[in-house]
Amino acid sequence: MSVPDVPARSAGVIHDLGFRHYDGPRLGRRQVVRALFVESTRGAYGLGRSTRSKIMPFLLLAAVTLPALVVAVVLNVTGTASLGIGYAAYPISVLPLLSLYVAGQAPALVSRDLRFRVVTLYFSRPLRREDYVRAKLAALACATAVLTCLPVLVLYAGALLAQLPFWAQTRAAAVGLLGCLLLSMLLAGIALVIAAVTPRRGLGVAAVITVLVMLTAVQGILQALGQDQGNAGLEHWSGLLSPFTLVSGLQRWAFDAPLEDLPDPPGALGGWVYLAVALAVLAGSYALLVLRSRRVSVS
Amino acid sequence: MTVITTRGLTKRYGPVTALDDLSVDLAPGVVGLVGANGAGKSTLIKILLGLLPPTSGTVEVLGLDAVAEGEAVRARVGYMPEHDCLPADVSATELVVHMARISGLPPTAARERTADVLRHVGLYEERYRLIGGYSTGMRQRVKLAQALVHDPDLVLLDEPTNGLDPAGRDDMLGLVRRIGADFGISVLVTSHLLGELERVCDAVVVVDGGRLLRSSSTADATAQRSVLAVEVDARTGELAAALRAAGLQVDGDRVLEVALRGAGPADEPAYDLVRDAVAHLGIGLLRMERRRHSISELFRPAEEAPGVRA
Repeated sequence: MSVPDVPARSAGVIHDLGFRHYDGPRLGRRQVVRALFVESTRGAYGLGRSTRSKIMPFLLLAAVTLPALVVAVVLNVTGTASLGIGYAAYPISVLPLLSLYVAGQAPALVSRDLRFRVVTLYFSRPLRREDYVRAKLAALACATAVLTCLPVLVLYAGALLAQLPFWAQTRAAAVGLLGCLLLSMLLAGIALVIAAVTPRRGLGVAAVITVLVMLTAVQGILQALGQDQGNAGLEHWSGLLSPFTLVSGLQRWAFDAPLEDLPDPPGALGGWVYLAVALAVLAGSYALLVLRSRRVSVS
Repeated sequence: MTVITTRGLTKRYGPVTALDDLSVDLAPGVVGLVGANGAGKSTLIKILLGLLPPTSGTVEVLGLDAVAEGEAVRARVGYMPEHDCLPADVSATELVVHMARISGLPPTAARERTADVLRHVGLYEERYRLIGGYSTGMRQRVKLAQALVHDPDLVLLDEPTNGLDPAGRDDMLGLVRRIGADFGISVLVTSHLLGELERVCDAVVVVDGGRLLRSSSTADATAQRSVLAVEVDARTGELAAALRAAGLQVDGDRVLEVALRGAGPADEPAYDLVRDAVAHLGIGLLRMERRRHSISELFRPAEEAPGVRA
């Protein structure tokens, strides 16, 4: 093949190719939803956003994990025979930090889209409204799960390094992780519903924090009241009120997790009621979010 | 071949009729949708996107039924909303890549096309900065870029020149023209400013009170009129008198409007007469041009007809 005689001068010229059309593959709805999910999950840790929005999530991740790290190190240095804190009990002990995280991120995920009306750009594309809700719910649940599971994994690693009984530790850690996943989904659902009706971000943060703190406080008061008056019914049914005790109650009922000072679902029926309430909260928050997204008008 | 076809399209919100029996056929190219605020432009766009079911009538976009196949329509259409719709905390590149992904482009294609499209709309180094710090003109460009990134067959641009200064307005209109002429993408562009659309559109649809007022090609609407505008730097009155003496019909005082007999060679004596008269008086000829119709004249019959404006 002969090479045409090209003047050397043209070597550095940038040619304007004009507008290039696209005839490559176009992905289906599932992959589109996954793309939105990945972007939102990254966004929940400030990845791909400004430095300022990375500070809080990573600060909280460090704050939640640090105590677990200390416990693990102490266990290995002193050589005691137990962790001192159960896997299932750990999320309860960092409850305010978890509340703070979902309160910060739920509005960032949803209020931001509503406030700046980015939803217009989403809904004028083939994406359905339920797709949007699913992606956002899954994203916040996943991001929160990182926060709840990481310290449990750190504790577990510490326990294994200290050569505590393998199978007992593995079972307890698995129960703990299962609880973490359920807790993350519940927190994500509740926080997103609240955030979706408060388009102003600051208001959303305050509302989520208030609701979670109030639920926890009311639950604690009722439980204490039940203990004082010897009213076992009040003491143990109070666990239904807060997502944290809902999960811990389920862990006690289903797996006998060592959570002595937290409500225990009463009787055989109690556990099923706890489970039903947990599922109802998940389904209800999904339904409410879909309903809310349908009311968003485009343009 | 038509891009948009509507038949008897009607939309009522309770007692309010937003669109009233609208039937139009829009050919490929740049089509202007003109109407005052509240004339039904935004309602029409929502129906075209398949996001709002019409009360009655049918609507076809790119050969698809917008009511039954809304998702398929939205996959092939790009939409630039009128209002602000950009998050402040991401860069233009990140936003447009993300929107390309939501339109179904694979990651690599999304990134390549984003770089391409942002260059086409005129965003260069600033595309890596956070959108929160952008000017109105830059925001409009980002909104346009996200509507084009997935290479749609039709873009719906809702008031793209809103809030822009005259220079930004010219740039945006130039871009709209390029999308239709060079990119080969059909455009439906709305505006309440007629003069703008005159310059960039192949055809214009005028709606008022939800009704179709007129649908015509821009060439028809802006055809040459039989009037010659003449402007000189001094002694205008004397020139007018001289031209009248030569047998021409002359109106106006600062700018003279000389009536012509029609188009073509029959008018040449008139041009010669003006030239000779100006030379004879020894004054400077500033301007001599054939007047054109303006689209705004489309509105005149409507204003005269009572009851059309709801």
